[in-house]
Amino acid sequence: MAKKKSGKVLVLGGGITGVQAALDLADLGYYVYLVDKKASIGGVMAQLDKTFPTNDCSI
Amino acid sequence: MEAGRSPNIEIITLAELKELSGKPGNFRAKLHIRPRYVDPLKCTSCGMCTTYCPKEVVDEYNERLTFTKAARIDYAQAVPTIYYLDEKECLRLQHESCQLCANVCGPNAIVFDQQPEERELEVGAVVLALGFGRVPEEVLEKYGYGKYPDVLTSLELERLTCASGPTEGEVIRPSDFTHPRRIAFLQCVGSRDVTCGNGYCSSVCCMYAMKEASVVKEHLPEAEIDLFFMDIRTQGKGFDEAFNRAVEKYGFRTIYARVPRVDQVGRRLALTYVTEDGKTHRDFYDMVVLSVGLDAPQDAEVLAERLGIELNHYGFAKTKVSTPLETNVPGVFVAGAFQGPKDIPESVVQAQAVAARCSELLAEVRGQDAIHKEFPPEDEELERLEPRIGVFVCHCGVNIAGVVNVKEVARYASTLPGVVYTEDVLYSCSQDTLNELVKKIKENRLNRVVIAACSPRTHEPLFQETLREAGLNPALIEMANIRDQCAWVHAEDPEAATQKAKDQVRMAVAKAARLMPLELQRVSVTPSALVIGGGAAGLQAALSIANQGFEVYLVEKEEELGGNLRRVTGLLSGERPQKILEDLIKQVESHPKVKIYKGTTVENISGYVGNFTSTLRREEGSEVINHGVVILATGGKEHRPVLFGLGENERVLTQLDLEGELEKKGGRLSRAKSIVMIQCVGSRGEDLKYCSKLCCQQAVKNALRIKKKYPKKDIYILFRDMRTYGFSEDAYREARKAGIIFIRYQVDRKPELVKRGKSLGVKIYDALLGEELFIPADLLVLSVGITPGENEEISKVIKAPLTGDGFFLEAHVKLMPVELPVEGVYVCGLAHGPKPLEETLAQARAAAAKAAIPLAKGYVEVAPIVSRVDQSKCIGCGICAALCPYGAIEMVKVGKRKKAQTITASCKGCGICASHCPVLAISMGGFTDEAILAQIEAFGAFVEREAEEKTEKEEAA
Repeated sequence: MAKKKSGKVLVLGGGITGVQAALDLADLGYYVYLVDKKASIGGVMAQLDKTFPTNDCSI
Repeated sequence: MEAGRSPNIEIITLAELKELSGKPGNFRAKLHIRPRYVDPLKCTSCGMCTTYCPKEVVDEYNERLTFTKAARIDYAQAVPTIYYLDEKECLRLQHESCQLCANVCGPNAIVFDQQPEERELEVGAVVLALGFGRVPEEVLEKYGYGKYPDVLTSLELERLTCASGPTEGEVIRPSDFTHPRRIAFLQCVGSRDVTCGNGYCSSVCCMYAMKEASVVKEHLPEAEIDLFFMDIRTQGKGFDEAFNRAVEKYGFRTIYARVPRVDQVGRRLALTYVTEDGKTHRDFYDMVVLSVGLDAPQDAEVLAERLGIELNHYGFAKTKVSTPLETNVPGVFVAGAFQGPKDIPESVVQAQAVAARCSELLAEVRGQDAIHKEFPPEDEELERLEPRIGVFVCHCGVNIAGVVNVKEVARYASTLPGVVYTEDVLYSCSQDTLNELVKKIKENRLNRVVIAACSPRTHEPLFQETLREAGLNPALIEMANIRDQCAWVHAEDPEAATQKAKDQVRMAVAKAARLMPLELQRVSVTPSALVIGGGAAGLQAALSIANQGFEVYLVEKEEELGGNLRRVTGLLSGERPQKILEDLIKQVESHPKVKIYKGTTVENISGYVGNFTSTLRREEGSEVINHGVVILATGGKEHRPVLFGLGENERVLTQLDLEGELEKKGGRLSRAKSIVMIQCVGSRGEDLKYCSKLCCQQAVKNALRIKKKYPKKDIYILFRDMRTYGFSEDAYREARKAGIIFIRYQVDRKPELVKRGKSLGVKIYDALLGEELFIPADLLVLSVGITPGENEEISKVIKAPLTGDGFFLEAHVKLMPVELPVEGVYVCGLAHGPKPLEETLAQARAAAAKAAIPLAKGYVEVAPIVSRVDQSKCIGCGICAALCPYGAIEMVKVGKRKKAQTITASCKGCGICASHCPVLAISMGGFTDEAILAQIEAFGAFVEREAEEKTEKEEAA
């Protein structure tokens, strides 16, 4: 019999894409390792002041 | 950010993937984790290490515009909120010389001898979300970057405009710290430029340039701003409108020209450029902003080699239109800008889609490794006692305490009625303080808690959870935002800020005394989905949900599945669209969990998230089904405007008609010698206000297909802006090389149809020649755009709003691109807005991910703040039901009269109903009239004090 699958997912990159994927995976019932090479997650979006076109704050 | 709080997300920073082995479902990943030199369990993020660190370092987070320290956190809101030592800069780590940070660190969190760690993880799937890289500085040098200080990159400007940035939001010239009066934005720097190896379009710069220009204008209303474009590429949903609005509001000048270089003349910067009429201009500016494109991520190559992932010729992950999330390694997926340059909403869509893709792969082990958090039972007896209020006043490091006298506020709080415990805390949100909070609640038998700190928007859920851990109902907390509303806005007047903080605390205490426990409701979910629409979007969404293990009802109003995709016969990637469609249909039709209804319409969707009931009608009769969620994939239609003789002259056809002709042998196409394509016919301001996003790619694709089949034919494409964004820019370049002629037309001088006997032609003004041209058109192909399908009816049935253009309006244009304001209803494909196939397929999966969340949980938790109707007071006027934006109030028959009733699962607690009820029969959980009035009365003390002070002053005078 094949080995039982793991219910964990490795997400590489903690920018908006990685964080969103991790949140949805966790909500879907999986355990997520969110890995980033920097000291904190957030990626480039954390550097933005506002976003187009709504000018919402990006943090 | 929310990710920091989920028990099922483990954040590992300073780490890279060294090795991956195994197969889908069972991978082994080896991580190399660099030391942080700070113990995460001890660090309270107080910032003392940064304050005392003597080593100044260039601040990369602020784009090197200012300095930070070797011991630091990158920005105040960083997750995890733990400081770190910069290995390369720290004096101790480099020279064994200093240890100031360790000396001042209260909790002894500094660990100089921390070692790198190797860690092995077992995972079922891998997602690569590497983001994007920086365009090398050499590329920017030809624009004077690095040589002239007032040439900035767009990210540098982003930091300058930011209130927490190096200049606190002041836009100044780095050379002399003066405000720039004239600013130029240069687009396509490091994009659409084969000389630097980036032939693609970065797809986001036109939008962010417009945003930055607008923000600058808000800071400096006097500034004159010019933007230099090759094409204006604002093809996203609602983007054209936003762009035009900004141009009009701020009076920006948009110029079609590519500026080749920047010179400094005196203290100003000179741009020399040629406009489309062939004239040379020279203009002077005080600041030049380079709209720098998105490069492939820098670490992509190394990682690709380690994992055996194929990259495309630009260094981004190689994917197909039909499978935009798959790399060539099974079980390793890709999402976001690493798959190709894209903006935030597109990245979020792919992130959600990739979650669905992983969930399809691992459906059988869902929940196996997830951690479920348990809370102790509520102490109802304690909750019923007279209010025993605990007030915690937060320093937020120096963020609040630097302005507000926190200790004084805490002292004042202890004198308020009902308050039995007060304390000032350094960081109320740090983990150790939260643990303390639980202890204090239990020790002092507190049954109401007031936190005077920051915004409930970001922190209330955290404190609510803490209350639950202490055995209290989460509704028994009230926050006073003394950070934003006192420390921040009254930073220059500490005394007044402290006084206001006291007022706010008094009001919060008054309200807290009247808070009542609210029941946390759970509604069970019918584990199936209704997907409306059997085109590409609906098929992909249905398939994904079914593969995740849930029943799907797929409804298509026509007798055949496939929608608009049935008419598409080629793709730029070389993939065959009919093959993609066939595969999708085959998989959906053979899936045991999908029930397909062709020739069927949906009538009457009622209910709420988790429990919908719908009637499916077809000729033979109707069927009633129960389902937990709804996906709207109702598609769009080809626009067929009465322009250029479409529908009257058989030589005039649309791009979709042409796709059909391209498959035929012989026919009109083979006879035509000269073929003219016109872009934006009926779009961007005519019958349709918007851009349909895909027509430019489609025109280039079809032109190339014609050229390949019939190399001798003359092809002209008349356009306003060529919007071949992303990698399709390659095809645009290829088309020009292949001899296809592109002519830009001006909005006020659009091409005109000319009939000469039996032959057709087009008259167009050519700006470069400065004269009108006549081009014969044996075949005239119109790019006509996409109109919404029959969205209006469904929108009324489920109370989901549409945009002004008739597409479904998502819950948040950036962060919730597939959710609708109505819970349990999701949208994808053309029903959301025009988009090419690849984006439709990704969005369909994103909708499938969001829809599968309630199905996977099996229940929906209803936020406790919902409206409640006192039916003995209700007069049945129905105002509330008509006003509710979420369809959460229904009118039910009680005895002989109609009464309002809240559908708690749909209620969002906005309070519109309560504020409009003429007989005050509706109250909001957590915001009862009584509690709000008490809060206002407590505010009254301030008014009285003011009045007294005024009289005193007057008397003194």
